[in-house]
Amino acid sequence: MARMSLDTETIPDTAPPKGRAFLSLFKALGRGWLRDRSQVFFTILLPLMFMVLLSSVFGSTGDSASRILAVGDVPVLEGADADDFDVASAPDLDKALALLREGEADAAVVQDGDTVLVYPSPTSSTSGAIAAGNLSALVDDVNVEVLSAAAPGEPVLRTEVEEADGGSLRPIQYLAPGILAWGIAISGVFGAAGTIVDWKRDKLLRRLRLTPASVSTFLGAKVSVNLVVAIAQTAVFLAVAALGFGLELSAWTWFAAPLVLLGTLAFLAIGVVIGGIAKTSPGAAGLSNLVTMPMAFISGAFFPLALSPEWVQTLSYLSPMRYLNEALQSVVVYGEPPTAVLPQIGFLAVFAAVVALISWKTFKFDEL
Amino acid sequence: MDAAIEVADLRKTYRGRRTGEVRAVDGVSFRVERGEFFGILGPNGAGKTTTLEIVEGLRRPDSGTVRLLGRSPWPHSPELTGRVGVQLQASAFFEFLSAEEQIETFAELYGASKTRGAEMLELVGLAEHANVRCEKLSGGQQQRLSIACALVGDPELVFLDEPTAALDPQARRNLWDLMRAINAEGRTVVLTTHYMEEAEALCDRVAIMDAGKIRAVDSPAGFVKGLDAPTRVTVAAGQLTGERIDELAAGEAVSADETTVVFETRDPRKLLTALASDGALEGLAVRTANLEDVFLHVTGREWRA
Ligand SMILES: Nc1ncnc2c1ncn2[C@@H]1O[C@H](COP(=O)(O)OP(=O)(O)OP(=O)(O)O)[C@@H](O)[C@H]1O
Ligand SMILES: [Mg+2]
Repeated sequence: MARMSLDTETIPDTAPPKGRAFLSLFKALGRGWLRDRSQVFFTILLPLMFMVLLSSVFGSTGDSASRILAVGDVPVLEGADADDFDVASAPDLDKALALLREGEADAAVVQDGDTVLVYPSPTSSTSGAIAAGNLSALVDDVNVEVLSAAAPGEPVLRTEVEEADGGSLRPIQYLAPGILAWGIAISGVFGAAGTIVDWKRDKLLRRLRLTPASVSTFLGAKVSVNLVVAIAQTAVFLAVAALGFGLELSAWTWFAAPLVLLGTLAFLAIGVVIGGIAKTSPGAAGLSNLVTMPMAFISGAFFPLALSPEWVQTLSYLSPMRYLNEALQSVVVYGEPPTAVLPQIGFLAVFAAVVALISWKTFKFDEL
Repeated sequence: MDAAIEVADLRKTYRGRRTGEVRAVDGVSFRVERGEFFGILGPNGAGKTTTLEIVEGLRRPDSGTVRLLGRSPWPHSPELTGRVGVQLQASAFFEFLSAEEQIETFAELYGASKTRGAEMLELVGLAEHANVRCEKLSGGQQQRLSIACALVGDPELVFLDEPTAALDPQARRNLWDLMRAINAEGRTVVLTTHYMEEAEALCDRVAIMDAGKIRAVDSPAGFVKGLDAPTRVTVAAGQLTGERIDELAAGEAVSADETTVVFETRDPRKLLTALASDGALEGLAVRTANLEDVFLHVTGREWRA
């Protein structure tokens, strides 16, 4: 405090243009985000860790053949393609089921005359379901051959399954969109809830309200930082999934960007509601968990909804994660055009709008 | 020209579920002229911060009116906020930014230049801490940064809520100089404080606030004069005989114990001259009436800041 002169340069006495205020706030908040290690961990590293974990739980990524245990004599497997089935034999059913339980195989098969009994793995439901699916396709193929042999010249109906991912449903194709949707959900919900609680604590918003920049500019900058983060998170995640885990990206993958942005808006709105209720950071984190965990479990992101009980399937219609997951899976994995996911987009948009309205109505601004 | 601030009959009651009703501001009116240095002095919980927040436009009063530079602070308008600088009692910063990035952001929000930000850091003595993250600054340094943020927009009117609360004596004196300089440039300054000597040293006028009410407003000198309190002159005991003490007291109050003799006089010049010629100046202390006595007089309560 050596110099006491306050030499006043000429400062425009009109407020700075909105664009400039927005940019400086965006810069300040963005820098803060990058320097907050816990945020970087939650948004970028945690989903990647989940991918490593889940893809190893649900089966090795490189080997797409279903591991089948043939109990006794199973003639139907004789026509099996070695690329699709990795067949081992088991002396009896009990032994086979024990091996399944230990995760040594994806399904066990018993053939009793004309009946083929399939026991999918109870421990790894995804690869079990895939194995069961592959087996029933095999049985269909055999049936078609038998029928054509019996009645040559008679046309037989047969299904040709044209799979978007090149013929094999590997766990990563199925898991990646789910984990990404989950990553977007937690960074949106936890991020917004934590930020609101921080603002309540350190009164930054109160101070900013007394600057010429408007609160809406500030909120806009904050949301923009979150949207940019979501895009970066998506890019990093998909790149790692593609390069490190063999996820095959469709030509429509770029459409993940608008989907993720829409999803982020919905999850931020949920976070704002939570932040309005919670008083402390641990409270906000706890409440965020309470909301995101069930939302993830009923969304079908981590295991197929088809394998879930009916009530889960019904409830899942309420989870925004379900729609984000479905939409991402459609465009990124199955290469469907954006028009195919219009219903999901519609739901996410309505959900985001409704929750944003709720957060706007219930939020106590004077607490900030 | 309009007054810098005109406040009429402000009232604000906080309603808590457990605490019940607190009348934080209970019928406050005052006026601050442009260029004036105005102080609000009062103990903890007097309602100073609440009053300031209402005037700044952060809180809505239950009733009463506020005019700030001739306008209402509510709803917020960039034209008004751009002319007013605010340091809140609790510092508020962007997380994870350095002092320099902090002040630059505020400079941009007020439409000021980057160099202006650097100058403000220099002015509050934080130039060498420019690259330190805000959360790692000491309490006093944070306070100074927050003052720099209040000044960066070149405001006509500055609100400082207990700016010297966390400062060491040296920094406090420096800040006093800074505040005088700000005011000398023609800016209106409104300050709240717990410190009597701060209000006396800086303010043109002081409002004494207690329990949500402004008890009196006057210049520090006017207060002391109005009090008509005697000057207390203390010297060490044993230098004067009992007779001489009575003689010097000349009918005014005097008290003596084993260590000190305390005269209460309205003519300190004559008494001090007499003591000097007696060579009885050991342990001399002279205390004139100050705002502390004024507070006691005005509120009927001992000062307990
Ligand atoms: N947000 C609030 N909710 C409820 N009561 C409050 C709130 N803020 C202040 N109060 C109460 O209002 C009264 C006045 O508080 P205020 O902060 O205005 O005092 P102050 O004079 O600034 O005190 P200090 O010198 O400690 O800063 C106090 O009794 C306080 O407990
Ligand atoms: Mg206060």
